[in-house]
Amino acid sequence: MPLRTRVAYFFLAPFILIFVLFWIWPIGYSAYLSLLNTRGAVYSFNPEMNWGRLLLDPAFSNALKNTLIFMVIQVPIMMVLATLLAVALNSSLLKARGLVRFAFFAPVVVSEVAYAAIFRLMFNADLGIVNTTLASLGLPEVAWLSNPASAMAVIIMAVTWRWVGYNTIIILSGLQSIPQDIYEAAEIDGVSRIKQFLRITVPLLKPVLIFASVLSIIGSLQLFTEPFLITDRGGPGGATETLGLFVYRQGFNQFNFGYASAAAYALAALAVTFSAINLWFGRDRP
Amino acid sequence: MRLTKQQRRRRDTWALNLVILPLAVVWFLPIWAMIVFATMPDSGIFSPDVTLLPSTELMANVRALEEETSFSRTFLNSLVTALVYATLSVLLTSMAGWALASYRFAGKVAVTGILLGTLTLPFFVVVIPQFILVARDFGLANTWFALIVPPLFNALGVLFMQKAFSMMPNELFDAARVEGANEWQIFIHIALPLAKPMLAALMIILFLFSWNNYLWPLLINTRESMMTAPVALGSLIGVTRVSWGSIMAGSIILTVPMLVLFILLQKYFVSGIAAGAVK
Repeated sequence: MPLRTRVAYFFLAPFILIFVLFWIWPIGYSAYLSLLNTRGAVYSFNPEMNWGRLLLDPAFSNALKNTLIFMVIQVPIMMVLATLLAVALNSSLLKARGLVRFAFFAPVVVSEVAYAAIFRLMFNADLGIVNTTLASLGLPEVAWLSNPASAMAVIIMAVTWRWVGYNTIIILSGLQSIPQDIYEAAEIDGVSRIKQFLRITVPLLKPVLIFASVLSIIGSLQLFTEPFLITDRGGPGGATETLGLFVYRQGFNQFNFGYASAAAYALAALAVTFSAINLWFGRDRP
Repeated sequence: MRLTKQQRRRRDTWALNLVILPLAVVWFLPIWAMIVFATMPDSGIFSPDVTLLPSTELMANVRALEEETSFSRTFLNSLVTALVYATLSVLLTSMAGWALASYRFAGKVAVTGILLGTLTLPFFVVVIPQFILVARDFGLANTWFALIVPPLFNALGVLFMQKAFSMMPNELFDAARVEGANEWQIFIHIALPLAKPMLAALMIILFLFSWNNYLWPLLINTRESMMTAPVALGSLIGVTRVSWGSIMAGSIILTVPMLVLFILLQKYFVSGIAAGAVK
């Protein structure tokens, strides 16, 4: 083996060891587990069982439906908001830029559990601060966390609150790589700011927007902590049950590792498919 | 009537700030509410005429929290875990990134392909085998190993550092080779110091990831002496005998240090997050 190759393997080895043991091997092993009947003490080979059950299980299709609804609503709202915020933060017209930046970026570092706690508290039906505020404005109060649609709305608001700044940072870095003279030329030609945004900014940002969308889609498919803690294990009545919660329940409440693995693979298939669709939209056309 | 350029600018300034500034206030409210509620008894939090001004019960809430969960112990567990994890991960991933950036060797394309190709897979795909491996096969549930080592699989740092190293001029390293330095010395004494800003950004992102990690520690470390702070705090949410004031006190103990770090090191946070986006 040439010396350089040996040196390269020496530098790679520690990471690769961990990577294979805790990532590659588990990816393969859970594919295998999904083909086993794991309901008894002794596992037996039965490929149709878990995958067949997945197709018929109403609890799984409910979790799948909720996850997709969440993704389809939350990701576009957040991406639009993040893009507008990035443009605003990049604009010389904005006042108090440092404080605005802090307000939107700070949620990125807030612990998931801490923010789940404060959202659950704020949206408390009896005298939570959101309802108290609504009441003081003469508006009707909402039983936020005990009504299926509003519980989902709270989860969507919470996740958007926490992650919009993260996406803004990514989009802002893309904005700053757009050459300024394009805008100066547009300004001289009297192109309005809205037209500048639609005709210059958005097309040039496309690769960054695609990247951020892929990250957000993968994140939204893995939604777990928020429905676990804010809506108390996917409540009310399974209205915020997600695929992540379903895998957790099957794996670590029922200890049915085979069925949980099949559900996890269904989740992974969705993540790969949606990422691929997004990348396909973002490809450079000849 | 056509507006002059100056009038247009004034109008745009007003429109922008009238939308963004109130939105920024709304965005900061949950954090502010968290801080304020941590200083209140529950009778204050749930009072119909609650005001968002700090009260005096912070220490009482912290004491109640400590009695409920030995929160200081779990805080220390989280701190040690995040520090050791971030340090080890930076070392392992920068070594691997250096190998991919600096040498041609058999299997390089395959390694890069697998790192990139599995990046979009969700953690849920590996959580069950990881649990079986660590808890059953190794018998290492409720240990530092279980908290720190399995999450080291994260490959983002490898790609991040590979990019950082490959942007450095090769002449620098070749000159050192001519002087008789070996590859390890070149990595430690030349490449790593040059990559300091990137290492700092990576370290911060990894620290934050570990500090906030919830699902894996929830599953693997259930004994209170080895629990992390987010898991301990999460276990109190929805428990009626625990006051919301003390949960909020725990929340700010987890959050405020990160906010201070963020204010001090904003540049590194931002470049760590943005790095993924720049090809």
